[in-house]
Amino acid sequence: MTTKSQAVLNWIDERFPLTSTWKAHLSEYYAPKNFNFWYFFGSLALLVLVIQIVTGIFLVMHYKPDASLNASGVPVAFASVEYIMREVPGGWLIRYLHSTGASAFFIVVYLHMFRGLLYGSYRKPRELIWIFGTLIFLVLMAEAFMGYLLPWGQMSFWGAQVIVNLFSAIPVIGPDLSLVIRGDFVVSDATLNRFFSFHVIAVPLVLIGLVVAHIVALHEVGSNNPDGVEIKKKKDSTGKPLDGIPFHPYYTVKDIVGVVAFLFFFSAVVFFAPEGGGYFLEFNNFIPADPLKTPPHIAPVWYFTPFYSILRAVTYPLFGLDAKFWGVVAMGASVVIIAFLPWLDRSPVKSIRYKGPIFKIAVVIFVIAFFILGYLGVLPPTPGRTLVSQICSVLYFAFFLLMPWYSKLDKCKPEPERVNFK
Amino acid sequence: MKMRLINLIKRAAAVLLFAPAVAMAAGAVLHLDKAPVSNDPAALQHGAKLFVNYCLSCHSASFMRYNQLENIGLGEQEIRDNLMFTGERVGDLMKISMRPAESKVWFGVAPPDLTLVARQRASEFGSGADWLYTYLRQFYRDPARPTGWNNVIFANVAMPHVFWQLQGEQVAKVTQNADGTTSTTLELVKPGTLSPAEYDKAVADLVSFLVWMGEPVADKRKTIGTIVLIFLAGLFVLSYALKKNYWKDIH
Repeated sequence: MTTKSQAVLNWIDERFPLTSTWKAHLSEYYAPKNFNFWYFFGSLALLVLVIQIVTGIFLVMHYKPDASLNASGVPVAFASVEYIMREVPGGWLIRYLHSTGASAFFIVVYLHMFRGLLYGSYRKPRELIWIFGTLIFLVLMAEAFMGYLLPWGQMSFWGAQVIVNLFSAIPVIGPDLSLVIRGDFVVSDATLNRFFSFHVIAVPLVLIGLVVAHIVALHEVGSNNPDGVEIKKKKDSTGKPLDGIPFHPYYTVKDIVGVVAFLFFFSAVVFFAPEGGGYFLEFNNFIPADPLKTPPHIAPVWYFTPFYSILRAVTYPLFGLDAKFWGVVAMGASVVIIAFLPWLDRSPVKSIRYKGPIFKIAVVIFVIAFFILGYLGVLPPTPGRTLVSQICSVLYFAFFLLMPWYSKLDKCKPEPERVNFK
Repeated sequence: MKMRLINLIKRAAAVLLFAPAVAMAAGAVLHLDKAPVSNDPAALQHGAKLFVNYCLSCHSASFMRYNQLENIGLGEQEIRDNLMFTGERVGDLMKISMRPAESKVWFGVAPPDLTLVARQRASEFGSGADWLYTYLRQFYRDPARPTGWNNVIFANVAMPHVFWQLQGEQVAKVTQNADGTTSTTLELVKPGTLSPAEYDKAVADLVSFLVWMGEPVADKRKTIGTIVLIFLAGLFVLSYALKKNYWKDIH
């Protein structure tokens, strides 16, 4: 570095912790050297967040949150999305990036969470990272749900109608609460405007704050790794972890590979299958919202369907409260329970590599149950499907609630002293 | 205790194996013919002509501008001469003068805007094009309906058979199947001005146009996409080489 630029840097460092922040979080943040494939999804989630924010900024320039009908009888909001798709230069690309980004976000986040589950990344001392992560997931669901209303298609409208109505099942405050969320007695222009406000500013701010907390907490305790051993336990004479390497440049160059590979698959969808087979952009959502015409089958977008199945699986009233309320409770619990993993897992080891057969089988059953719930969530219910979703819901909760026992009983292998690398 | 737990888990696994079979049952099925969708400018132009002559008086295409038809190989003057019949300007949206509120009173339902119809009608049974191709060929005579027409895949549809002069008149023959279900076959009792093969081709052209209109950018999107994917494939090789180079000292 030339003396002149060094002088500028010194000037800044005396006033702002630039060099020390760079060192603490990148050039001297030691990450385990044995990260595998699963460790790409954290940085990819950050990438998708940036894609969503940047494309979102440009969409807001042309989108109009207005449910009134234009001269052709089409809602203005719906027409403005088609205007973006057809008349704004490059608008179709920005819109497809944003709509595909929503689904990509959930794919990446689900894989990121699954990584945590595999390698025990939620275990002490990383409980807070995990809790922040669960909150991010929860807030992300709210963000996606509100964003889905904005194109003002049939599925936007009726999906929102169904989900907001769920809140009315809560005793005492329910009906008023759903009224406050909608701002009206049905989903209407008032709902569209407040969801727009939440989607573009309130929720993203919370999301970014939580992401910062998630990363700060991670860098405080250091990253876990596929072997689940703490690299800080074995340090060299200078105090650097023996199995650690500086995040920059090693993981920055590695994550670039992950980013390019991700963008390849992401672009393949954006340019060749932006509807995602009707899962990323539902076919019914190309029909403008019509409050007088209920579609025969209202399916949430794919990323909500496992939880939606759990909601529908509850068909028994209890303690004088109807099944719908308990369905909402079950759905809420199915997300919140994830936050308790650090205290449910009593295994002596962190990583699945050293866990015994019971845990491994439990994870396989959990994943299969989750996929079946997701699949059933897009289909209309039948008695047979409801029974299957009830069984899978029980398995979903059993995975968490029985974990304190089966994780303790399991016959684990001893953890190694150092990480395995090649 | 441990054996019991393992047994329980095994039983749960067995239940999961049978789950999809139970879940698959039920659901009504729509039988659609595969639409021969074409990108050929001649087919798209013929489709545009049919659309403007037969559809655009009741249905709007309110997200389309007339001059966007230049993208299917028409010149501005050709559009003016052949596809515009009233006082619109070539940059105008393809709107209609009938107002939705009025048409709803007259027909019971306002004829929907058709700009996106090919995207709207997609389902698990087939693409939107398949649906349209089947629908437009399956009108039949039904004296019980106010218009005198009914449709196999869209029962009691409000729209009359606008192509009856081209296709002719079909009647429905309902046969009872062995398993208790019924199937409907159509028979042409009064030929139209087009032969069945010519009519199918005309409908295919119209459907091709509707598919194009649903997303005029689709071809460009795929062209750009190919370039993007080739670029990213090259970038992947470079980024992988960079990573390999940096990591060669890590053991």
